[in-house]
Parts: sequence; C-alpha cells; structure tokens
Amino acid sequence: MTAPTQISHTQAESDLLARFDTAKGDLSGSTAVSDLRVAAAEQIKTKGLPHRRVEEYKYTDLRAYMKSAAPLAPKASAAEAKALADAENAYGELERFRIVVANGTYLAEVSDLEALAAEGVTVTDFAAALDQDTAADLLATPPSAGTDGVLALNTAFVQGGVVITVKEGADVSRPVELVHVSTAEGAIVTRNRINVAKGAKLKMLESFAGTTGTGETNVVFDYKIADNAEFATTRLVVGATEGARLLTTLATIGADAIFKILGFMAGPAFARNQQFVAFEGENSEAKLYGVSMARDRCLADQTLIIDHAVPHCNSREYFKTVLDDEARGVYQGRINVAQHAQKSDGEMMTQALLLSEGPEMANKPELEIFADDVLCAHGATSGQIDEDLLFYLRARGIPEAEARTLLVLAFLSEAIEEFEEEYVTDFLEQRVRDWLAGK
Amino acid sequence: MLEIKNLHARIAEDGTEILRGVDLKVNAGEVHAIMGPNGSGKSTLSYILAGKSDYEVTEGEIIFHGENLLELEPDERAAAGVFLAFQYPIEIPGVATMEFLKTAMNAQRKAKGQAQLSIPDFMKLVKEKSKDLNVSMDMLKRPLNVGFSGGEKKRAEILQMSLLEPSLCVLDETDSGLDIDALRIVSEGVNKLRSPERAMVVITHYQRLLDHIIPDVVHVLSKGRIVKTGGKELALELEKNGYADYIEAA
Ligand SMILES: Nc1ncnc2c1ncn2[C@@H]1O[C@H](COP(=O)(O)OP(=O)(O)OP(=O)(O)O)[C@@H](O)[C@H]1O
Ligand SMILES: [Mg+2]
Repeated sequence: MTAPTQISHTQAESDLLARFDTAKGDLSGSTAVSDLRVAAAEQIKTKGLPHRRVEEYKYTDLRAYMKSAAPLAPKASAAEAKALADAENAYGELERFRIVVANGTYLAEVSDLEALAAEGVTVTDFAAALDQDTAADLLATPPSAGTDGVLALNTAFVQGGVVITVKEGADVSRPVELVHVSTAEGAIVTRNRINVAKGAKLKMLESFAGTTGTGETNVVFDYKIADNAEFATTRLVVGATEGARLLTTLATIGADAIFKILGFMAGPAFARNQQFVAFEGENSEAKLYGVSMARDRCLADQTLIIDHAVPHCNSREYFKTVLDDEARGVYQGRINVAQHAQKSDGEMMTQALLLSEGPEMANKPELEIFADDVLCAHGATSGQIDEDLLFYLRARGIPEAEARTLLVLAFLSEAIEEFEEEYVTDFLEQRVRDWLAGK
Repeated sequence: MLEIKNLHARIAEDGTEILRGVDLKVNAGEVHAIMGPNGSGKSTLSYILAGKSDYEVTEGEIIFHGENLLELEPDERAAAGVFLAFQYPIEIPGVATMEFLKTAMNAQRKAKGQAQLSIPDFMKLVKEKSKDLNVSMDMLKRPLNVGFSGGEKKRAEILQMSLLEPSLCVLDETDSGLDIDALRIVSEGVNKLRSPERAMVVITHYQRLLDHIIPDVVHVLSKGRIVKTGGKELALELEKNGYADYIEAA
C-alpha cells in the first residue's frame, strides 16, 4: 500500500484544513455525515483545490485563484438578513414567495412559510436533516460528478440550506425565490434539496445578496424531479464579488417530466456554474440555458454533463457568453448517451461574442454516444460584433453605444427567449443592459 | 443642400480606388437619378454618404446643409438628415422591428433636442405609414428584416424612411426585387415624401422606377466618375442604347 502522495498546500488549502478543524465540531450531521465530511476534507488534503491539471478545471484554476480561505460566515440575525434581501431585491417587482438562507443557515422566520404551505410546499432546514440517520443520502453525488473538488468542499463544510418539497400534483401559483444572503464577510457553503413530487409544477428564482468578501460561495442545488413534474429555475449570479462563486446543479429527472434552468452570470470575478443532470425516466425533457457576461479579468465558467441514461429523452443546451477586456469565458458541455438510451435527442450550442481583442473563450462541447439510434448535435461559435449590422443601426441614427447594446442584447436574448419563462425575460434583459452600462 | 466635390475614395482594406472624382450638386426639392453599369461605384457613393467605414476618402469633400459631412459619424449623419435605403438591407436577428423603429426615431429626436415619442404616438405613426406601404403588422412583429422577402425588405426600408423623415433620401436600387404592384406602392410612398425641403438621390438601373418617381436630373456614373448629366430623357435614351457610349468616355 502506498500512502497518498503529499502535495504541498497553498495558503488557501492550509486555511481550509484549519477551517475544517475549527468548524467540524459545530457542523451538523449524523455519524455517517461526519464520516463523509472527514473523507471530503481528506480529499482536499491529498488532492488540494481543483486546478488546471484536473481536466474539468483546465480553464478554471480555483487553486490559483484562491489566495486564502476565509472562515465560514458567522450566524446572521434574521432582521439583518431580511433587510438585506429586501434592499437588494434581486427580482424586483416580480410577485413571488421567498425563502431566505443567510450566511449559510436557513432562516424560517423570514421565509414565506405559511403561504408556501398553502400551496403544497414545505420547507425544512437542511442542517437539521443532516442529523437524521438517513442523511448520507442527502449528500450523495452522481457518478458523472466523480470526485469533483467543488462538491468535496461543499460536503466538508456544508453549513445548512433548505429542503423544499412540493407535494404531488401541486401547481405553485408564484415563483419561489431562494435567496442566499451574506450579512457578514466569510464563506457560505450550503446545499439545498428540491423535491418536486409527481405531477407537481414549480418555478424557482435563485439569487445571492450581500458580500462574502474573499470568502467563497459554494452552493449545491440538488433537484429531484419526479414523474410528470414540471420545473423551471432561473439562477441569477450578478454583482461584482471577489470571493469565488461556485454553484452546482445536481438533477435527476423522472419520466414524462420537464426540467429547465437558466444560469445568468454577470459580474463575479470568478464564477463557475457546474451542472450534472441525469434522466431517470423516459419521455422527459431537460433544457439548460446559460447567459454569461464578463469583463476586466473576470472568469465565467459554465460546465455541464447531461446523462441520457434512459431512452426517449430530449435535451437542449444553449449557452451564450459575452466577454470584454481580459475576461475569460468557459463552456464545457458533454452529452452522454448510454448504450440502451435509443431515440435520445440532444442539441447543444455554445456561442460567444467577444467585444474586444483581449478576452478568451474556451468552448468545449462534446458528445459521448454509445447508442446507435440517436439524434445529437453540437456546435460552437465565437466571434465579434458584426460591423455591417452595427453600421445599419447607426445609419438609422442609433449612436454606437446604443447600437452595440442592441446587438449584444439580441445575441443574448436568443437564449433568454428560448428559455420561455416570460416572467423573467424583461427582467434579465434589463440586467444585460445594466451590465453593458457598467452597473 | 448636398454638394460633392471631386470625391476620390478607395476601399480601406486593399486600397482599390473606386470613386475617381465625383462631382454632384443636389438642391433641396430636387430628385436626381444615378444610373450606371454594374460595379461603377453607385453603391459605394451611397455608402460613403451614409458613413460606412469600409471606404476611405482620399480627396474631395461632401458638404451637406453647409456642413462637412465627412466629419460626422454615421448616426450623426442620420440625425442631420441623411437616409440610405440599402440595396441589400441586412437581417438583424434578435432585434425586434418595432423596438428598432422606436429606438431609431427616438435617437434622432434626442439628437435634435426633441422630446421622446410616447408609445401611443409611435404606434399610431407606424400603423399609418405601414398601411400606406402595405407592410403587414405580422412583418413588424418579426426581428428586423429576418425572413422578409426581397420585396418586403425594400418596403421596410421605405417605411423607415417615411418614419424618420430625412432631408436627403438616397435610394439604392429600391426597385430591384419589387413586383409591379409593390413598385407602384413604394413609388407612391417615395413621392409622398417629395417636398421643397427634401432632396432625393435615386440609384437605379431601370426606367420603370423613373416612370413613377420622375427625376429632375439624371446622371451616368461610370468607373467612379459622373460622365454624363441630363434631364429625364437621358434615362430613356440609356434604356434604348445602353451605356456603351459613356463607358468609352470614362
Ligand atoms: N467593401 C468592398 N470590398 C471589396 N470590393 C468592393 C467593396 N465595395 C465595393 N467594392 C467593389 O467596388 C466596385 C464598385 O462597387 P459598387 O457596389 O459601388 O458598384 P455599383 O455601381 O453599386 O454596382 P451594382 O450596379 O452592381 O449595384 C465593385 O467592383 C465592387 O466589387
Ligand atoms: Mg450597387
């Protein structure tokens, strides 16, 4: 037996290991959960943070980016958390129910529990659920995620989050916002389980408010979409933040179900939205959209693996990236089609628009197909604003900046509109305008 | 209103000279037709008027309303009253036609220090002018020019022109791609805009357009130079005899 090769730890890795030693006594969990946490910490110890020599992190070197690791954020006061969520009000005037997780901990007292209960939605504390005997299941990771370093960090440090359960057949009348608030500097690490029972319909809005300082945000959304359920979620990751934004989607989709997600990123210095989606029942549909904008030296990474593990499912992956200055964009997407997953239909497209000569886009769409009767396609483009289009608009009196805005918006809107969740369309387009205006 | 003096221009990318000393003076209220063989530089001239950066002016000047037009950005030229109806209007996916029209009208109003149009006023104007030009609401619901037929694109150009009310209308082969009825409708739309304060430069290959939009002056452009200028009868003569006589002259 050979001992794992000892790597020399970076400051951030040493900080993380020290953080684990300090925090582990306070972090909740059954014995099985504690074991998982220890194993995850061990992974950080032996492998370090994910870095560019790990295939999946080739363009997204978290190890190089994190200069240090801040402690976990302290507990937040409910009043403060509510005030901040109200002030940032990520989804504006949109009518919705709200669930608040602040500094990594679920705050029932400022969440719309009664209204949600009336709609057939229950919300419980993920931290409390981790104390139960069956809790290890809550931290299970799909095979396609392998030994993902971001997930390991999540498992080691997960502070809390929510378990949202929509009961069978419920059709929730308004979107449900899950807002992660940071009232103080410090890392937030949460995990959320969203159970959408058979035939239920739910629309979610995900947002982040406040600042973690240099602390990382590591949030997992684990969706279990049952047969005949319909689910759509908008993930809004906006605002300039220094701490890495590390977001993970885990999703399993039953039969005759619909799963839709749009990940919108604009502003963070270092953002990764990684998604592991698997079909578990036939005749289902998964639609994944991405809109990323980055300038300065920011990084926006959209990574996904979609497993067509069963026959007769459709997936669509449509990702748009706009980059300026020295920014970097990453799209890594893979459609896996298992040998018996006949009649799978997968259509993946990633397109980047570079606003200047400086930015770099890494586009890596891939298909891995083991079935013979499938319809799968992928494409990637990367280009600059078309000067002829720009001239046409300017020749009609539209000043250059406004003409560029129209064209960038047109480019990104293709994904926003195909997402077909009208309640967020105008709102997201306004976010694009804000980003272009430097806000 | 417009005075082009000894204009020389080349393609910025490779330096090929296209215009080799164009002189043209257009007064307010006049309609000038420019005819000429393929590749003689007619579209190039229209693009230079509109401010396309693919071309470089090496000599000469363009005075518009007493101002040096060449110093203005394309959008400033539009606000100053220049409108080019493109020979090949381009499709702009993702830009809604109505949104585009409103943005363009309001941008020009803003540049002129006028108040922004209210939505109802804007809608009223668009409905009225579209009706005149037989442009359907269905077309206006689509992204700009996307999926429009050749003739629909040309009608959409004239719709934009009617809404923006420029003082100089440059029409580059607006008649090509139009069926007989559309030619009449579009010509009527153009004629409606004829006024003592407005000038038009109409580029065409065919007399049939000039039967509807009757020019005051006809020019022949050949190899980057105006080689002949005459009255409306010149167009008829060209229709009969072709350009052979003038190509020699260039
Ligand atoms: N951007 C460009 N790049 C390369 N060549 C160009 C460009 N623009 C014009 N040319 C060339 O310049 C010449 C004049 O072109 P232009 O389009 O002005 O002709 P035209 O008189 O409008 O012809 P037509 O009657 O066919 O429309 C042609 O030889 C054309 O190929
Ligand atoms: Mg031409």
